Amino acid sequence: MTFYAAVGAVEQGLVYGIMAIGVYLTFRILDFPDLTVDGSLPLGAAISAVAITSGLNPYLSLLLALIGGVLAGMVTALLNTRFKILHLLASILTMIALYSINIRIMAGPNVALLGVPTVFDPVIALGVPAHFAGLVVFAIFAGLVLAGIIWFLGTELGQVVLATGDNPQMIRSLGVDTRTIIVLGVGLSNGLVALSGALVAQNQGAADVGMGIGTIIAGLASVIIGETVFGCRTMARAFIAALLGSIVYRLAIALALGLEIGGFRFNPSDLNLITALLVVTALIAPNLKRRLIER
Amino acid sequence: MIRLEKLVKYFHRGSVNEVLALNGIDLALAEGDFVTVIGSNGAGKSTLQNAIAGGFFLDSGKISVAGKDVTLWPEHRRAQLIGRVFQNPLLGTCPSATIEQNLALAALRGRPRGLARGVKSRDRQRFRAELARLGLGLENRLEDKVGLLSGGQRQALTMLMATMIRPEVLLLDEHIAALDPKTSAQILEITEEIVVGGRLTTLMITHNMHHAITYGNRLLMLHQGRVLLDLHGPAKQRLTVQELIEQFHRAQGEELALDSLLLG
Repeated sequence: MTFYAAVGAVEQGLVYGIMAIGVYLTFRILDFPDLTVDGSLPLGAAISAVAITSGLNPYLSLLLALIGGVLAGMVTALLNTRFKILHLLASILTMIALYSINIRIMAGPNVALLGVPTVFDPVIALGVPAHFAGLVVFAIFAGLVLAGIIWFLGTELGQVVLATGDNPQMIRSLGVDTRTIIVLGVGLSNGLVALSGALVAQNQGAADVGMGIGTIIAGLASVIIGETVFGCRTMARAFIAALLGSIVYRLAIALALGLEIGGFRFNPSDLNLITALLVVTALIAPNLKRRLIER
Repeated sequence: MIRLEKLVKYFHRGSVNEVLALNGIDLALAEGDFVTVIGSNGAGKSTLQNAIAGGFFLDSGKISVAGKDVTLWPEHRRAQLIGRVFQNPLLGTCPSATIEQNLALAALRGRPRGLARGVKSRDRQRFRAELARLGLGLENRLEDKVGLLSGGQRQALTMLMATMIRPEVLLLDEHIAALDPKTSAQILEITEEIVVGGRLTTLMITHNMHHAITYGNRLLMLHQGRVLLDLHGPAKQRLTVQELIEQFHRAQGEELALDSLLLG
């Protein structure tokens, strides 16, 4: 793996790490497996791209993307809590609906972001080389999101979100409407995913309706790798682990794609297979470790 | 202060499994009443508590707590008036949160929650004092996760959490049934101290007739969704387990006789 490939992988890891933090919130904290993210990631990208090409400030476009993601997540959560649709199914319904909505937003399957202002401009203006600008901006955003989510979960409201995933009966008997909390949590999660999508689009120079495919798998892979490698003893640590897991995941993929054994090379289309193997490895590694130690 | 008027609840209504779980229960508890509730399996004890707490809505009847008609209130809204301890020690607390975090959640029962710190440093002093009352040494373990505690410790903590904000009604649903004898005696002692000491209006379900007689100032026996026996003050104090069993069989016998009359 070349130095630039490694930098690229870390950069990807950071920006998709924001998505992984969102996935951690639903998947682990709220115990709400949410596939909406496959639609809300391109939703964020689409909103941001259209906003920028219409002349809006790129930072403001991130805010719009975030709000769009929150709304998408709330739809899923409302389908589940008010209309009793199974959470997985509810999220799939929102996801496929978002496919059409995203094409409507972009008035086509994609929007190019070439020669328009992006969130990287101020950083480049400060003298950071263009190929490191992504790394710097994403590190700042990922750090802010991480700090924000850890702060939030320590508040009265955040503690209720934690308890809702842990013991809904208990928190209801303490006077909390768990349905509202699930709407809030799934909304917040998808807001982060959309933010991640908006940043990705600005970095790669285009928003594309297909860019969300496999988001949930990448998110889960990051979460599970993070938990296995870095542990999840405290809440703060678990979220840091999700972010770091995302970086490890992208590095592992870059490594695998650069691998050459004899005449054999992986194709980018082998990515899904590699991801599946990575997740399986991360899932069984703790078990294997325990068995080896016991012997 | 709680009034129940003609509570009726069917489960699986209209199907072959139809069960009349509450059959017109009328009940009024005075402020500070400590009522023990007994009855065989399926008598409607837990259903009665669930009806009060708002786990489901009634088919008919009216529930008022502290002068407020709560019949149509959802469970989480009723929680501002009601404290609950469940049979399963795992249900009353949050395992992945610390002791102080659990207490902080309970300290806001029924109140709006905002973006202030979940556990405030000024609360810790109070938490420590309250935990010390339990006599289990938990006051030195504020930052331990509740998942590390034993069932008895968790149940004691739940007792504290349910009563941290004075409830208008405290519902105890066989809250010692899942514990070993020594621990359950300890939890009962704590219950007695909290309920009698705080003059809390309490409905305590138990399977143990001896406990039902020893504790509280009033005893209810439920059978097939109705109140079979309702003993207050002196009548309850004189009661023995033997008499209670006899009363139970007599009441049941009458019912059987009535049934055979109807069917015959």
